[in-house]
Amino acid sequence: MIDPLDAVAAVGRGTIGAVRSTGAVALFGATGLSHLLRPPFYGRMFLLAFIEFSYFSLPVVALTAVFSGAVIALQSYTGFSRFGAESAIAGIVVLSVVRELGPVLAGLMVAGRVGAAMAAELGTMRVTDQIDALGTLSTNPMKYLVAPRLLAGVIAVPLLVAVADVLGVAGGFLVSTVKLGFNPSGYLTSTFNILTTTDVVAGLVKAAAFGFLIALMGCYHGYNSKGGAQGVGAATTSAVVAASILILAFDYVLTELFFAR
Amino acid sequence: MSDPKIRIRGLTKAFGDKTVLDGIDLDVEAGTSMVVIGGSGSGKSVLLKCILGLIEPDAGSIAIDGRDVLRLPRQEREQVNARIGMLFQAGALFDSLTVWENVAFGLLAQHKANRFEARGRAGAILAQVGLDPSVGDLSPAELSGGMQKRVGLARAIAAQPEILFFDEPTTGLDPIMGAVIDGLIVDCVKRLGSTAIAITHDMASATRIGDRAAMLFRGKLVWQGPAAELLDSGNPLVDQFTHGRREGPIQMELRR
Repeated sequence: MIDPLDAVAAVGRGTIGAVRSTGAVALFGATGLSHLLRPPFYGRMFLLAFIEFSYFSLPVVALTAVFSGAVIALQSYTGFSRFGAESAIAGIVVLSVVRELGPVLAGLMVAGRVGAAMAAELGTMRVTDQIDALGTLSTNPMKYLVAPRLLAGVIAVPLLVAVADVLGVAGGFLVSTVKLGFNPSGYLTSTFNILTTTDVVAGLVKAAAFGFLIALMGCYHGYNSKGGAQGVGAATTSAVVAASILILAFDYVLTELFFAR
Repeated sequence: MSDPKIRIRGLTKAFGDKTVLDGIDLDVEAGTSMVVIGGSGSGKSVLLKCILGLIEPDAGSIAIDGRDVLRLPRQEREQVNARIGMLFQAGALFDSLTVWENVAFGLLAQHKANRFEARGRAGAILAQVGLDPSVGDLSPAELSGGMQKRVGLARAIAAQPEILFFDEPTTGLDPIMGAVIDGLIVDCVKRLGSTAIAITHDMASATRIGDRAAMLFRGKLVWQGPAAELLDSGNPLVDQFTHGRREGPIQMELRR
């Protein structure tokens, strides 16, 4: 006989587990951030994380942005040319890139690249006792390892997204002018006419939030990994999956905040 | 008689329903070396991690210089930890840093030296553990196991700690290198006048390093005495362990 209460118990266990891990992540993030306000500060660690986040992610983010912009121009042309609305294409490209695709695609790419590397590095440090060793050498591991990475994520990803925005629009511009025969100056004029400061700011705020989430997930899962090579692998997977889902969820929430009227 | 440097009373820690430490009482006098022996999984590492504050015990007290460190506020706790050095089992060297940055890590963290001075002092400390100062420019991954242990030892003694912990210092080394590392440990502890706790299951190493010894079995200290008496203690548990006999009061637990 299956006891119907087993189902209730399973739901309860799942709920308690979800609440507990949400609390643990929040506490971890808050502790990490609080270390940014109290000395000592590890500028070198911040710089290393910042370069990893920004400079080394630039190629992959740039390619993603160019092709996304180009493909939107192409797709919207096939749709809009049917009822003579080609003039809207410049606006479609710039708004979708700046508001959505720039931050979200850059965020997902960086989550796969930097978030995974962070979880693997911290996870290996955990299973080889290096994190415990920091504690015996008068160094708080949260302050030394986590806080600089969180800050680097918040600062670096918006910069990346700013570059992605420009390149995404450039991708759309190239396809529209070279392949679809648009007038270049006309295209640029309608691009800048439709774009508002709110669009850009909203996109960059999203990017900062995504950068924080990527660093938080990479650090949290790496820091708490256990059980040797397999544990590090699991931590890396969790970091990327959790960051990707959180990016998409927070994208909806932030869009609701900025644009829903 | 003065207070012991480290006084542990009723230390208890369980993970889930598995009790790892069950009411440990242990005194370590200042300037002496205590060796804790015990089988794999007997809770030796957990004991050290509790003293370092890396694991929170469920009950009991740990007093260092008469102050219960478990009840200190975090800042004072960190000041106590700054006086403890530890050699980890697998070295736990920071592989993103060079050897000299590893050795000087504590000095730099405590602002006892700038990078230039720290580098010179790291070279001198490396020489104390028998390594050429030029090793300082290598990365830890380029070193052999014995050299990594030496660098780990150099890092542990760099800030001249009052208390030193050694987690299985000879595990994974050949017998000669094990004896060399033991010799270095004894030298360093003597030179610094430190109080030391070493955990090991290597009997040769235990008798070389320790002044006194204690045996941990199923979360309890079943024997304490001079390290020299380890091999003929008269305690059946210790005898079986130190002589590596299959038959005896200790049954290997194959399941838990």
